Amino acid sequence: MTYLDANATETLRPEARAAVLAALDGGGNPSSVHAAGRSARRLLEEARETIAARFGARPSDLVFTSGGTEADVLAVHALGAGRRLIVGATEHDAVRSATRGAAVLAVDGAGVADLEALRRLLAEDGPALVCLMLANNETGTLQPVAEAGRLCRQAGALLHVDAVQAAGRVAVDFATLGADSMALSSHKLGGPQGAGALLVAPALSAGLAPLIAGGGQERGRRGGTPPLPAIAGFAAAARAADGATALAALRDAAEQGAVAAGAVVMGAGVPRLPNTTCLALPGVRAETQVIALDLAGVQVSAGAACSSGKVARSHVLDAMGAGALAGEAIRVSLPWCAGPADVDAFLLAYQAMAARLSRRAA
Amino acid sequence: MPLRPNRPVYLDNQATTPCDPRVLQAMLPWFCEQFANPHSVEHAMGRQAGAAVEQAREQLAALIGAEPRELVFTSGATESNNIAIKGAACYAAAVGETRRRVVTVATEHKCVLESVADLRAEGFEPVMLPVRPDGLLDPAVLAEALEVPTLLVSVMAVNNETGVVQDLAGLAAVARHAGALFHTDAAQGVGKVPLDVAAMDIDLTSISGHKIYGPKGVGALYVRRRPRVRLAPLFSGGGQERGLRSGTLPVPLIVGLGEAARLAQAEMAAEAPRLAALRDRLLERLQAMVPGLVVNGSRTARIAGNLNVTFPTATAAALMAAVPELCVSTGSACSSAELEPSYVLRALGLSDGAAGRTLRIGIGRFTSPADIEFAATALAAAHSRIEA
Repeated sequence: MTYLDANATETLRPEARAAVLAALDGGGNPSSVHAAGRSARRLLEEARETIAARFGARPSDLVFTSGGTEADVLAVHALGAGRRLIVGATEHDAVRSATRGAAVLAVDGAGVADLEALRRLLAEDGPALVCLMLANNETGTLQPVAEAGRLCRQAGALLHVDAVQAAGRVAVDFATLGADSMALSSHKLGGPQGAGALLVAPALSAGLAPLIAGGGQERGRRGGTPPLPAIAGFAAAARAADGATALAALRDAAEQGAVAAGAVVMGAGVPRLPNTTCLALPGVRAETQVIALDLAGVQVSAGAACSSGKVARSHVLDAMGAGALAGEAIRVSLPWCAGPADVDAFLLAYQAMAARLSRRAA
Repeated sequence: MPLRPNRPVYLDNQATTPCDPRVLQAMLPWFCEQFANPHSVEHAMGRQAGAAVEQAREQLAALIGAEPRELVFTSGATESNNIAIKGAACYAAAVGETRRRVVTVATEHKCVLESVADLRAEGFEPVMLPVRPDGLLDPAVLAEALEVPTLLVSVMAVNNETGVVQDLAGLAAVARHAGALFHTDAAQGVGKVPLDVAAMDIDLTSISGHKIYGPKGVGALYVRRRPRVRLAPLFSGGGQERGLRSGTLPVPLIVGLGEAARLAQAEMAAEAPRLAALRDRLLERLQAMVPGLVVNGSRTARIAGNLNVTFPTATAAALMAAVPELCVSTGSACSSAELEPSYVLRALGLSDGAAGRTLRIGIGRFTSPADIEFAATALAAAHSRIEA
């Protein structure tokens, strides 16, 4: 089977696997004061230091969560209180659901946020929280987050960045990004599912209002026993994930072959994640394409994996003005361990499918 | 002195349990070869992961007498408690429900007390009931509190410090009679004492993975379907778990929780008497060597593995420092770094001084008779040294 759905979940890295197993063997509740608890606490704090250092934050400014969704929602909950919300049109549903009624920041045809529009929205009355993702999960489009951060600071607004898809694949440094908070997910960078983190700017991190109230863990910012094995795997994966630039050539080869078979690349011509391409096949429904590829042993998706089976029209592609193509695009996302054989397998299946289905559509 | 063990003797199984090796084995394939996102139903690997999640849901449902679709997976019992309490209140407020009272008990876990207290800002009326000196909630006290129309009652199944088992069926009946929803934080009860949510007439039940020899980072909330209990989600997103709990489900952890539930169901009947015998042996040995030792909480309505004892003179901190190779605790792990006197013990009527001389000892699946012998001898020796 050829797995090309890394943006749904990355293949687990061997370093992460080893760290998870070692932590499972260790046991102990990191909040306990006895020897087993102290060694668990040490592991937890080492993981915190590793991840914070890897992404340019102080350990004390990192709050562990159950994953990227919780990190996004915690940011909106804690930083958005009393502020009006401005949200990128192509954000993940985790952010969109937490910000219903927010002003929407439009994107252009390639999915890049309109900074002039942001300037106008920020000029309106009242302090704001802006949510802008670093890399889009469906198209891989990178947002001009640093520039958005400068505009936010000038306007006295806060900026939350969902870096779930970008972290580990492109350079991400919280300190220089100029954002006030940033969400990370373990399983999107090759760690296990079940852990994530929110990085928070030093000025805001101490009194962060918890979303999940509880026993005072994470300095009162997130209740619940921390999932130590998942967190240890998260840290090992963060250390091992040193960019996906080598995947760009493979991705480009897949893209060129697909275009030759009739595909249209969504979000082409702007900076993107090196592992991701979003391919529309005019006249062929996305669901039909995904099923055909699945039968041929190639695992891709028709957009975000979250919505539990319902292949709905992509809000991301709609926001980009893709028209009918919004229902006709698949996402191909290479895992960190992908090789040329994966691209060959994909193209074989894709070209056969395109020849069969495009002819029928035409 | 007995021989020093080559690694710490772990008697803190109410803070967390070690992962059962069989649970670990069940999880491993889902970390490595079978890593797909269970919501990727469009491809074969995603569907396999999804099927593993559903099998775990069935295993957990069987343990508590629920239907699989009545279970929502969460990151742990703390999150489950937050969703149950805040979610019930938020939903009620949104549909114009006029009941505003939310009743809980003084000895609940902190995350329940904080979730209930947080509701005051939303216009609800939190009520915290006392317990009897044996740690049990008097049904008459609950009935009196429910004379004011009440939205929700939250009573834990088993206390995390004293191991006291509440009479859930009896208390749920009182709540039902008053038209209130009944939630139980069963993090310490599931897999330790028989729990049948349908027979006990419980509306909401919180479950933890790492308290039943499963992994940390996973738990569940039972949400009754008939009659249907409606909750507002604590947070939304991708709409997983029927919209009640968004976020990618951690497949390996969920598979581990399912296997832990299966093992608990298969072995509970044999495990409980074995743990009770170890516990009784420890108590007998300690009482013989430490005159004046007091057991806190009911001796009968109590889980098999728990001992909560007050020493006559030495403080718990001094005892723990004197026996560093023994892992026991002064109370809840969450707050154990604070070294504040336990609010649970104070609710049972202990003075601050007595609470400060109290140890929680949690015996578990992997405790051996030799561990018990070591703990008894080492604690008694430390006590007489400190006393002298």
